[in-house]
Amino acid sequence: MLTTDRVAGGALVLLALFTLWESRRLPLGSLRQPGPAGAPVVLALVLLGLGAVLVLTGRRAAALSGVGFPEWRHAVAILAVCAFAALALERLGYRATVTLALACLLGVVERKGIVFTAVFSLALALASFLLFDTLLRVPLPRGPLGL
Amino acid sequence: MAETLGNLAVGFGVALSPPVLFYAFVGCVVGTLVGVLPGVGPLAGISLLLPATFGLDATRAIVMLAGIYYGAMYGGSTTSILMRIPGEAASVMTCIDGYAMARKGRAGAALAIAAVGSYVAGTVSVVALMLLAPPLAAFALRFGPPEYFALLTLGLLVLAYMSSGSMLRALAMAALGLLFGMIGIDQMTGYFRFAYGIVELGDGIGVVPVAVGLFGLAEILATAGQPTPTEIVKPRLRELLPSRQEWRESAWPIGRGTVLGFLIGIVPGSAHIIASFVSYAVERKLAKRPEEFGRGAVAGVAGPESANNSATSGAFVPMLALGVPSGPIPAVMLAALMVHGVSPGPLLVTQQPELFWGFIASMYVGNVVLLILNLPLVGVFVNLLRVPYPILYPSILVFCILGVYAVNSSVVDIWIMLVMGALGYVLRKLDFETAPIVLGVVLAPMLEMALRQSLAMSDGRYAIFVARPISGVLLAGAAALVLLGLRPLVTRTLDWRARLALAAKGEEHP
Repeated sequence: MLTTDRVAGGALVLLALFTLWESRRLPLGSLRQPGPAGAPVVLALVLLGLGAVLVLTGRRAAALSGVGFPEWRHAVAILAVCAFAALALERLGYRATVTLALACLLGVVERKGIVFTAVFSLALALASFLLFDTLLRVPLPRGPLGL
Repeated sequence: MAETLGNLAVGFGVALSPPVLFYAFVGCVVGTLVGVLPGVGPLAGISLLLPATFGLDATRAIVMLAGIYYGAMYGGSTTSILMRIPGEAASVMTCIDGYAMARKGRAGAALAIAAVGSYVAGTVSVVALMLLAPPLAAFALRFGPPEYFALLTLGLLVLAYMSSGSMLRALAMAALGLLFGMIGIDQMTGYFRFAYGIVELGDGIGVVPVAVGLFGLAEILATAGQPTPTEIVKPRLRELLPSRQEWRESAWPIGRGTVLGFLIGIVPGSAHIIASFVSYAVERKLAKRPEEFGRGAVAGVAGPESANNSATSGAFVPMLALGVPSGPIPAVMLAALMVHGVSPGPLLVTQQPELFWGFIASMYVGNVVLLILNLPLVGVFVNLLRVPYPILYPSILVFCILGVYAVNSSVVDIWIMLVMGALGYVLRKLDFETAPIVLGVVLAPMLEMALRQSLAMSDGRYAIFVARPISGVLLAGAAALVLLGLRPLVTRTLDWRARLALAAKGEEHP
């Protein structure tokens, strides 16, 4: 039966194997004088062991089928907005990016009215820029149009 | 003692200067907001506001960030008592009896007891911090790389052991965090590790995007889309004074919570969370009428609230004296100090006495500010909860993106936050704790450096770790913890951590 421990343990085993594979590019060194790959390899082996134990002893953990993801649509939308912010922040500037990101979340995901969405998005973008960039002197990107 | 008082006078000179006082006040207000608002815990709050301290000197910055930390502990009780929603994880236990008191018309008294208990615990524990940190720092001057390696190993194992739930899971998360901490330039040889050509990863993946992702973004992902609770019990100002009977019932729980909280705070782990759980269990065990717990027992509010505030000061002891964070929040504070060019550790007390003692004194001042803020302004803070969550979470998300970007002016950090947020969301669903990942990321470079320096000192002989008395004792403690952690696997019984996890979910164990 698939349980939470078995799924997580399996994922950790895969990550450990990936790390071991990737570590081959770095000098391993010796036990007495570990190289740059020494610590990652040891940690990957530890993770491999712990992941394997989780898989083997995970029978009594909660069943994966019992784990609900009712909010997955919201989660995907929020992650997509974060990805948009990462891509757009230095290209469009802080104020434009945040206005668009908020408009998307409020208008599209939460279905708020157009006027409220536009006013709130713009106000928060401008106010947070004023607070951090202008008052607290934390430099934020302005984008090609100075936005 | 006279020297300590003299140093404290210097500290008060710093803490009571108008600029420092102002930033302590700002930290306390922001911290209270962070504690009140569900979805922004102290860890994410401190991480997000770290860039706002860049223009400040180290003393003002650390005073403000510490204010956020203990302000969040105060603020978390408000939503727990009035709405049965813990503003942050340490307030989970306050929900049970605090909300029950509110339903009985004693919301004001519950808030007052929580605030006074927090104040007493906060102030007394700062005295303990003040007395304990300097001698510990003096002792730590004897530490070399083997001792630090042993101490960090012990710290990670204690964190795993103290985590609620399975030690195996916590160890797996700590190993995962350590592995994440390997990303970046190898400090001894200059090799790029797992960076895949991304120059920004040279300095590692950074504690701020990891913390904001795992705690801030993951919380938003898990809670967005849920309906906003509407029922809020709003107390009137004249109801704030507890009765004589309620004061009597809260006195000992506050005292016990203070001592327990401070001791648990020193030990690595999610100190303030564990402290409130342990305090609640102790109070129920000692109660003459344990059946009242869950139905509005005063001790069920006074004990946990005092314990989680006291643990906050306790957690600063290893951070300030040894330069070793005991949990994810001190780890972010440590990173914040380093950003400001301060290296916490045994030499901090002697080399930067104004910062150290100013910080200690500011905690006294901060506790007074919080007491003054929390009671009369409770109505103002509660009104914040009327903002619908579908509007609140996009705003919090903006501050997550802004805070993470501003640390290094790098969009790579936003990608790291995104990945960590998704990972944290899935791990929450699978019932894995994410705090060991944050600590692992911070400790990985320190641990590896200490190991390799030790081996260089001993010409590659591992015996150096057991031959030196301090590191030998610390490693023996680590081995004992591993054996203790393995016991439930062998005996197939539930140990105290598993029972704690069940209690947190409101389940009884068979």
